[in-house]
Amino acid sequence: MELVVAILIGVLFTAAVYLILSRSLLKIIIGTGLLSHGAHLLLLTMGGLGGLAPPVISEGVTDFADPLPQALILTAIVISFGVTAFMLVMAYRAYAVHKTDDMNQLKGNDEHD
Amino acid sequence: MEFVLLIFLPIVAALFIPFLFRKIKGIHTGWFVLIVPVVLFIYYTTFIKTTMDGGHALSELQWIPTLGISFVSYLDGLSILFSLLITGIGALVVLYSIFYLDRNKEKLGNFYVYLLLFMSAMLGVVQSDNVISLYLFWELTSISSFLLIGYWFTRDGSRFGALKSMMVTVFGGLMMLGGFVLLGIMGGTFSIRELIAGSSSFAGHEYFTLALVLILLGAFTKSAQFPFYIWLPDAMEAPTPVSAYLHSATMVKAGLYLVARFTPIFAVSEVWIWLVTGIGLLTLFWGSLFAVKQTDLKAILAFSTVSQLGLIMSLLGAGAITFHVDEALFSFAMFAAIFHLINHATFKGSLFMIAGIVDHETGTRDIRKLGGLMSIMPVSFTVAFIGSMSMAGLPPFNGFLSKEMFLQSMLAIRHFELFNFATWGIVFPVVAWIASVFTFIYSVYFVFKTFTGKRKFETLPLEPHEAPVGMLISPVILAMLVVGIFFIPNVVGKWLVKPAVMAIQPYQYSHPSEVEVHVSAWHGFASVELWMTVGIILIGGLLYLSLSKWQKFYGIQPESLSLNGLYDATMTFSEKGMNRISRLYMTGLIRTYLLYIFAFFSITTIAMLFLQDAFVVDMSSFSKISVYGVINAVILLLAVAFVLLSKTRLGAIISLGAVGYSVALFFVIFKAPDLALTQLVIETVSVALFLLAFQRLPKLSDHGETKSNKLVNGIIALGVGVTVTLVALSSHSQKLVASISQYYKDTVETEAGGGNIVNVILVDYRGFDTLFEIAVLAIAGIGVLGMIKLRLARKESTDENK
Repeated sequence: MELVVAILIGVLFTAAVYLILSRSLLKIIIGTGLLSHGAHLLLLTMGGLGGLAPPVISEGVTDFADPLPQALILTAIVISFGVTAFMLVMAYRAYAVHKTDDMNQLKGNDEHD
Repeated sequence: MEFVLLIFLPIVAALFIPFLFRKIKGIHTGWFVLIVPVVLFIYYTTFIKTTMDGGHALSELQWIPTLGISFVSYLDGLSILFSLLITGIGALVVLYSIFYLDRNKEKLGNFYVYLLLFMSAMLGVVQSDNVISLYLFWELTSISSFLLIGYWFTRDGSRFGALKSMMVTVFGGLMMLGGFVLLGIMGGTFSIRELIAGSSSFAGHEYFTLALVLILLGAFTKSAQFPFYIWLPDAMEAPTPVSAYLHSATMVKAGLYLVARFTPIFAVSEVWIWLVTGIGLLTLFWGSLFAVKQTDLKAILAFSTVSQLGLIMSLLGAGAITFHVDEALFSFAMFAAIFHLINHATFKGSLFMIAGIVDHETGTRDIRKLGGLMSIMPVSFTVAFIGSMSMAGLPPFNGFLSKEMFLQSMLAIRHFELFNFATWGIVFPVVAWIASVFTFIYSVYFVFKTFTGKRKFETLPLEPHEAPVGMLISPVILAMLVVGIFFIPNVVGKWLVKPAVMAIQPYQYSHPSEVEVHVSAWHGFASVELWMTVGIILIGGLLYLSLSKWQKFYGIQPESLSLNGLYDATMTFSEKGMNRISRLYMTGLIRTYLLYIFAFFSITTIAMLFLQDAFVVDMSSFSKISVYGVINAVILLLAVAFVLLSKTRLGAIISLGAVGYSVALFFVIFKAPDLALTQLVIETVSVALFLLAFQRLPKLSDHGETKSNKLVNGIIALGVGVTVTLVALSSHSQKLVASISQYYKDTVETEAGGGNIVNVILVDYRGFDTLFEIAVLAIAGIGVLGMIKLRLARKESTDENK
C-alpha cells in the first residue's frame, strides 16, 4: 500500500507545484490546498500504513497505527485551513484593489525595487 | 594608570559634543573640543623620558581573550612620536577650525564628532600592538575620513571624493587584514611584538611574500602611493582643517607607520626593499610632476603631499637595507625618514592652513585668479613663504636638513650590493634629483603665484584682507617650528627621532643613543648633496621662470587614459554590470523565484539521496494492498485531474473538495479516525469558504502563459513530485533511530491517564504546540477580518504610487 500512496503523494505534489507556478491567483491558492493534502499523506506514510487498529488503548489490542504522525497531521490540517482562508481573503483584496489576478502584473514596478 | 583607555577618550568626549553644540549657544563648540587633544598631548609628552632611554610602556584591555584579540596600548619611540603628532597637530587644527568654521552656519556638532572619532581611531592605529584591533582602528580612520570629506554633503564633489577615498582605502584595508591573518597563521600570534620576536622562524614560509604584499597594499592605499594616490586630490573637498589634519599630517601617514612598524619582520625580504623604495620614489616623482599642473591651491598641496609621502616611503625602504648591511652609510635613511615625517607635518600643516585662509578671505583657491596678496596679507605670506621654502629644501628651514639627508641616502643606495641594487642603484639618485627639481618648482609656484605679481582683485569674489588673529595662531606656531627645528635638529633627533628609529630597527640598536647620526647643515664644499641642491635651485628656477611655455604640455594626456579615468570607468562598469547581472535572475516575478526554490529542492535532495546511498526501498516492510485503498486512490487521481483540467472556478473548487474528502477516506482506511473527522469538517468549511470567495474573484484564466513556460513549470513540478515520492519511500523503508511513538504508547495510560493516544499527545505531551496552533488561527482570523473590514487609507497609498 505504501508504494501506491507514495505515488499518489508524488502526483499531489506535482499538481500542486504546477498550479503554484501558474499566473492566476486562484490557481495558486488551490495549489497550496493540494500541497497540504500531499504533505499530510506524506507524514502518514513515513510512519507506516499497516496499523490494524486506531491508536486508542483498549483491551487486547497491541498493534495500532502510529499515533505520532496523526497528532502532527491533526495540527497541520487546522493550520493549513487557516493559511487557505488567509490567502483567499488576501487574493480577494488584491483583486479588489488592483483589478487583476495576473501575477505578472502584480509584481510591482521599478520604483518599488 | 591604564592609558589604553585614553585611546577612547576622544570618542567618549564626542558623545557630549552634539549636546554642547545645541545647548550652549554663546561659545564656539571647538573650545570644548580643544581640551581633549591638549590634555592628551601633555600626557603623552611624559612618556618621552621613557622612550629616550629605549624603554616602552604597556597597557592592556582584554576584548576577546579566547581568540587572542585585545586592545593593547604599546608606547615605544615610534608610537609616542605619532601620538604626539596626532594630538599636537590635532590641537592646532581644532584651534584653527574655531575661526575657520562659522558657528552659526556650519553643523559643528557633526564636524567635531567626526574629528574626535578620527582622533581615537588614529591613536588606536599607532598604539595597538594587536593586529586585529589595529585593523579595526585602521578602518575606523577610513570611515571618519569618509564622513569628514563628505561633510558638505550637498556638494557633488564632496560625495564623490568621500566615496572614492572610501573605496580605495577600504580595499587596501581588507587586503591588509588578509595579510594580518596570514601573519597570524605563520607566527601563531596576533601581537606585533611577538611576531617581530619570532619573525626569523617564519621568514621562509610560503605565505611570507603574500602577506608582505597584502600588508603593503594596505599601507600604499592609505598613504596615497602610486597608483592609489588618486583618492587624495579628490579628498580636498573636505573643509581645510580636515585636509591639514587627516590628509597631510596624520591619516595618510598611517601607511608610513605601518611600513615602519613591520620593517623588522619584512626587511629580510628583497621584495620589501624593492617595492617600498621603488614605489616610494615613483610616487615622489609622479606627485611632484603633476603638482605643477594643478591650478587649485589645495590640489597643488594634495599632489605635493602625495609626492612627500613617496619620499618618506622610499626612505623607509632604503632604511631597511641596514638589515642586510650594517654600515654607517645606510643608517641615515631611517633617521631621515622619521625626521622628514616630522618636518613635513609642520610645513605642510602650515601651508594647508594658509591655503584655507586665502580661500576664506578671497573666496577662491584658483591660482589663476590670485596674485599680489603679499601687501594685504603679510603674515600669511610670511608663513606661506617659510613653509614653501622648507618644502623646496632651502636653508634655513627644517626641510633643507631632511632633504639633504634624503639625497645622501639615495646616493648611498648605489653602494648596496645585494638584490641587483649594484646595477640599478644609480637610478635612485637620478630620479630623486629630478623629483626634487619639480618639488622646488611647485613650491615656488604655490607661494609666488599667490602672493606676488599683479593684483587681480576685481576677479575675486570677496574683498581680500588679512585673516583674524585667531586663525593665524596655528600656522604661525607651525612656521616657528619649521625655523626652530633647523637650528636644533639634534635635540629633536635625540628626543623623538632616535627612539623611533630604535623602535623600527630593534635588530640593530638596543638603545637610542646607538643611532649615530648627527644632523648638520654644512658638510663642506666636497659633499655631493650640496651641489645637487645648488643644481635643483638653478634648474628649478629656470624652469619656473619659463613655466608658462611648458605647462601647457600637461594637457596632452587625455582624461580617459588617466588613472582617474580608469577609476571612473571601473566604478561605472561595475555598477552597471552588477545591476544588469542581478536583473538577469531577479525578475521580480514570484514564479521565477519559486522555480529556483523548487529546482534547488529537487536537485539537491535527489543528489544527496543517491550520493549518500540513502535511497532504499524495503518491499517487505510494506503493508498489503487493500481493495478500498486502490479504489480510493483512483478517486483521488481523478479528482486531481479534474482540478487541473477544469475550465471553471466552480469545477476546480468542487474537485478540490473531492480531493479533500478522498484524503479523509484514506485516513479512515489507515485507522486514523480523529484525522478523518477533522478533515471532513475542515474540508466542508474550506469548500464553503471557497464558494463564498469565488464570486468575488475573476474567472479562471492562464493569462496567456506561453507553452514553453508551461512546459518548464511541468518539468519542475514533475521533478518535485518524483523527489517527494522517493523521499516518502526511503523514509518509510529505513529508520535510523527508533520512533518516539513507542514512548507515547507505553506511558499514555500511566503518565497521562488517557486512552486516545492522539488526543493525549495533542493536549498533554504537546500542549504548547496546540496552544500556539490556536494562536496562529486567531492571528489568521484577525488578518482575515482586517482585510475585509479595514480600508487602510487606500487613497494616500495610490497617490504615493503616482
